[in-house]
Amino acid sequence: MADPVASAKAVTKRFAKDGPAALDRIDLVVETGRMTGLVGPDGAGKTTMIRILAGLIEPDAGEVMVLGHPALETDRAEIGYMPQRFGLYEDLTVRENLDLYADLRGLTGEARQASFDRLLDFTDLKRFETRLAGQLSGGMKQKLGLACALLKQPELLLLDEPSVGVDPVSRRELWSMVKALIGEGVGVLWSTAYLDEAERCDAVYLLHEGKVLFSGAPADLSSRVDGRVFRAPVEPDQRRALLRRVLDGKLVLDGVIQGDSVRLLMKEGKPDADVLGKLAASARPVRPRFEDAFVEILGGGPPGTSTLAETYATVPDSDTPSIVADGLTKTFGAFTAADDIRFEVRRGQIFGLLGPNGAGKSTTFKMLCGLLTPTSGAGSVAGFDLREAKADARQSLGYMAQKFSLYGDLSVRQNLDFFSGIYGLGGAKRKRAIDQAVEIFHLQPYLQKNAALMPLGFKQRLALACAVLHQPPVLFLDEPTSGVDPIVRREFWTHINGLVERGVTVLVTTHFMEEAEYCDRILLIYRAREIAQGSPDALKRRARDAGAGDDPTLEDAFAVLLQSADRSEGREPRQAA
Amino acid sequence: MILAAWRRVVAMTIKELWALLRDPRGRITLIAPPILQLALFGFAATLDVKNIDLGVYDRDRGGYGQALIERLAGSPNVKRIVPLESPQEVRDALDNGKVIAVIGLDERFSRDIAAGRPASVQADYDGRRSNAAQIVNGYIGRIVSGFGAEVKSAPVAGTGDGAGTSVVNWFNPNLDYMWFTMPSLIVTLAALSVLSVTGQSIARERELGTFDQLMVSPLRTWEILAGKTIPAVLLGAFNATVFLVLIPLLFHVPFRGSVILFYVALFCYLFALVGVGLFISILSRTQQQAFLGMFLAMVPLILLSGFTSPVDNMPRWLQVVAEADPLKHFVVIIEGLFLKGMGAGDVFANLWPLVVIAGVTLTGSALLFRARME
Amino acid sequence: MSGLSLRRLFAMMVKEGHQILRDPSTLLIAFVLPPILLFLFGYAVNLDTARTRIGLAVLDSSEASRSLATAYQNSRWFEVATASSLAPLKAALVSGRIRAIVVLPQDFGRQVVGGGGSIQVIADGSIPNTASFAAAYAEGVRATWAAGRFPERGAGGAAPAVQLVDRYWFNPELTSRFFLVPGAMAIVLTIIGTLLTALVVAREWERGTMEAIMATPINMAELIITKIVPYYLLGLGSAVVCTVLAVTVFGVPFRGSPLALFLIVSAFLAPALGQGLFISAATKNQFIASQIALLTAFLPALLLSGFLFEISSMPRVIQLITYAFPVRYLMPLLQSVFIAGDLWGLFGRGIAVMMGFGVLYFVLTVLATKRRIA
Repeated sequence: MADPVASAKAVTKRFAKDGPAALDRIDLVVETGRMTGLVGPDGAGKTTMIRILAGLIEPDAGEVMVLGHPALETDRAEIGYMPQRFGLYEDLTVRENLDLYADLRGLTGEARQASFDRLLDFTDLKRFETRLAGQLSGGMKQKLGLACALLKQPELLLLDEPSVGVDPVSRRELWSMVKALIGEGVGVLWSTAYLDEAERCDAVYLLHEGKVLFSGAPADLSSRVDGRVFRAPVEPDQRRALLRRVLDGKLVLDGVIQGDSVRLLMKEGKPDADVLGKLAASARPVRPRFEDAFVEILGGGPPGTSTLAETYATVPDSDTPSIVADGLTKTFGAFTAADDIRFEVRRGQIFGLLGPNGAGKSTTFKMLCGLLTPTSGAGSVAGFDLREAKADARQSLGYMAQKFSLYGDLSVRQNLDFFSGIYGLGGAKRKRAIDQAVEIFHLQPYLQKNAALMPLGFKQRLALACAVLHQPPVLFLDEPTSGVDPIVRREFWTHINGLVERGVTVLVTTHFMEEAEYCDRILLIYRAREIAQGSPDALKRRARDAGAGDDPTLEDAFAVLLQSADRSEGREPRQAA
Repeated sequence: MILAAWRRVVAMTIKELWALLRDPRGRITLIAPPILQLALFGFAATLDVKNIDLGVYDRDRGGYGQALIERLAGSPNVKRIVPLESPQEVRDALDNGKVIAVIGLDERFSRDIAAGRPASVQADYDGRRSNAAQIVNGYIGRIVSGFGAEVKSAPVAGTGDGAGTSVVNWFNPNLDYMWFTMPSLIVTLAALSVLSVTGQSIARERELGTFDQLMVSPLRTWEILAGKTIPAVLLGAFNATVFLVLIPLLFHVPFRGSVILFYVALFCYLFALVGVGLFISILSRTQQQAFLGMFLAMVPLILLSGFTSPVDNMPRWLQVVAEADPLKHFVVIIEGLFLKGMGAGDVFANLWPLVVIAGVTLTGSALLFRARME
Repeated sequence: MSGLSLRRLFAMMVKEGHQILRDPSTLLIAFVLPPILLFLFGYAVNLDTARTRIGLAVLDSSEASRSLATAYQNSRWFEVATASSLAPLKAALVSGRIRAIVVLPQDFGRQVVGGGGSIQVIADGSIPNTASFAAAYAEGVRATWAAGRFPERGAGGAAPAVQLVDRYWFNPELTSRFFLVPGAMAIVLTIIGTLLTALVVAREWERGTMEAIMATPINMAELIITKIVPYYLLGLGSAVVCTVLAVTVFGVPFRGSPLALFLIVSAFLAPALGQGLFISAATKNQFIASQIALLTAFLPALLLSGFLFEISSMPRVIQLITYAFPVRYLMPLLQSVFIAGDLWGLFGRGIAVMMGFGVLYFVLTVLATKRRIA
């Protein structure tokens, strides 16, 4: 048994006197040489817990010991802490940020230079030493933040959601950097909303609404659902309908789409294959994941039929593609952000834009929804040309941004009123649209509350509600479910799948491979250019052929395709574990 | 089409109004400080000189000297007479700003008067406060000459009697400074609140990320700007209305003009302000820049408006620059309407520059908005 | 948690220095705004009445009337519009084209022959100070004219029994620029000390960098010192720029010593910086911090400091309120060090009071920061 570098006993914290507990009698131990995961959706209490360990917040009750002292009195020179927003000064250069934190931590002389060399090499930031931190891409900022926390090898490293907003490849790099420290005897607490990261930790604390739902080795949790998880390949155009049917039935607890297959978690008691009916022939049992077990603890996913889709007008059939990008190019001065991007999305399809941070997928996305004017090339949305019929194109699309970008200081009701108004709804039609949205998304209890004060899951529901009030034939989604718990994510995709069955076309950008699996087709953008296009399974096949193992995940495919693009253009491939 | 556009503008306007008024803290910051400032600065911003502390260095100690000192002490503008005993004390009192002026009577003062010789009074002023000193000089001069006339037993026969100047002050018979300050405060306080609100409006949406949400909606440029303009104008009109009621009621400053003209001019003024505010907001990337930009604009706008000192006193070329200041034109109109009962002709003569400024700034904002959409 | 670490202090200050130099809005406020403000206060805010536009109603066609009218037209105090009836001038007074009407009545010629000769002044009371000046100078022109025409009568009568001898200390020419420019410097110091500091530190809270810094071994004292020193230096730098401009460009005398100025500015920056830090620690939000700084630092510096408006003339309650603002103590000190010289007695007291405020604000800041990031 390793030594605990930090421990918490029965820690409780409330921010409002009579409000709900942000942390409710939490016990937690971080041990030397182990990766301890603090897992849970936004609002579960992860940040509060980490701040308490860092000595920045005093808990209301409970005992917190860090490096053998009460947390508030610990020598902070021995703690590395990376807050959610990195704590970087955006108007200082990479080197100046490192200098500042080295001085603050009292790192001098040769040790300092050695540490700089090691970290700059480690993070591959050597080339950018004189660049302002504000001009680094998201992944590079993350690495610099980590470097600042690691300058003086700490005994305890606290990382608050280091992988948020970072592309899968950078996320792997970050993970392997931290993993290397474990070997050197550092105790690490890594907080994350990604359940696949949790799976790779040595020990996990699963937080939900301020309580620990599970603690122990991740495999212990997954084993709860051993033998109940199956994957079944389906005809591509049948997957959504099939998932809807099985989720509405009584036998399946949870299900998601994985490329050309559906992944199902069966209810307890009847784990045998015959309940799968027609699917039985092709369904294969698969190893359960942490997420399967988490959903099981929470009582299973939502039913398969979307109440939203039932109220939605069917989008008429049409031969013209719903979204067209015809050689879209965008340059900023000498810099090309997107280069000759081409694709078409037919009515009733989900199309995914994937790529590393700064590759150009956001630029492409913004050109198509009218936020950026292309330097050259053309595009259309719902048959309306982006240059000539801008206003009509906008009227035909619903937009949901990555960050919550509704009006947080207005009430839910006022947000709904506003968005129905700016899409030109009026009278009885408007009233009906709002009433339906309130009912479908269970917004009634929050109607008069400020939108910013709702839990993340409800914010995300409201954002979708506002995007579809005017029943647009095309939906643009920018990392729509980042940070929410798996139940809310499933509910969200149930609605999207339902809408797609009604003929709605969806364009989605994401770093989140679970979301990418729902796509019919994916475009992978790297260094402003297309490097691959095809269905998720087609990309996985390409990766397998390139040597990514027998059953590569979409994330593996992502990494391998990027590497081979690097190789074919004669660059040193990005390191990825 | 028109119906949909109308609905979009209404939705945008209502949203902006809610954004301003929903938060109780926001409501208070919009309404309470202007009223507080009206009261505080209305009383504070006076160029009157009252409650003077006057030093007296009396080496005379005679009856006439005492009589003059009593007369000075009796002046409504003098709060206190500070007796001083030596030149050193005179110096200290002036140096430290304890008194604004020292009246010095020499040893011969009473004797000279008694003997019918011209007597002299020395008055030393604190020139650091040159403006106040000048006004105090006027008070003392009047008292001393009145005193001189009385002690002169036999005035020289009938020469100067009847010659002189009689003064009538129209519009403000007692030259009450507050009558000037209060109406002008409507101008500056409306500018402060309207510029704060519009200056933040677009920069804030940019920073919070809601700006993209607006840009992907069918809202046209002019609809967004209209939605930002109307609430700010309504807010300014509301504040001005409160002042219009409070100023005559609580501070007894007369309002002699036409209420209709007041509102016509007010709306032109508010549109001009909104144009300036939007311009700043569109130029700014962050709320901090918007705030500093608002601040950089606000200071010259107030100083050139004629509120802190008359525009007439400025160098000629600066008076030309001041023509571009919407506050300057509205100060003239507001003073005219409150105190002078200015008629439509004079109001419109000062109004068209406001219309031009509003047209230029609003059009400029729309063009800039289009240019900076990305 | 050891004592102060020079290394940490130095590192934080270097960082702050980099940030100041890289943010255009900071440099704009520190080095562009001061000259603009000095310029505006040096030229735009002019309390010395220049030429006043008056109307001259000559209702009498006698030779005396014509002669006096010429005297007005030649006066350096007035810009005269002459008319033979009152009506057009009344309209001009309402519209603000003229500030006063001098009326030479119908029987003026006859009166003068009979030894009298009164005139009437109708002044525009809506701008009280201009009205008083106009009336006083109109009488002055008349008296001079009368004295020149009838030397035997004396100036409006015989030699006065009591003669007033005026002497203005420090500023014999009574140039208002001499006290306005040092006053503007006080405003600049307030802006840098409080407004800028509040914004910059609130930004650290908003962007989360404060959280990362607080998780390092740095302690509270170091954190506060490293926020003060760079902005203190910025304030000093700005004060030097202001002083040089005041003396070279605006011709303001500098009669005190650089040491005294240095001590005064330093003593004022203590509470100003303290207030800025306190506001940002208490609000942690740029927008609210900026509004509070505007309301509690900038506006009081402009209106309640005795800069433009005499404190002694304000109502008692407001006079009491002014004691709560350190800038009130700064203003006479700055004006003295420029135009009076080193008055150490005055300086000592003022500096002590300002330092007292400084200590108060630092204690408040420490208490507000202690609550940590919760």
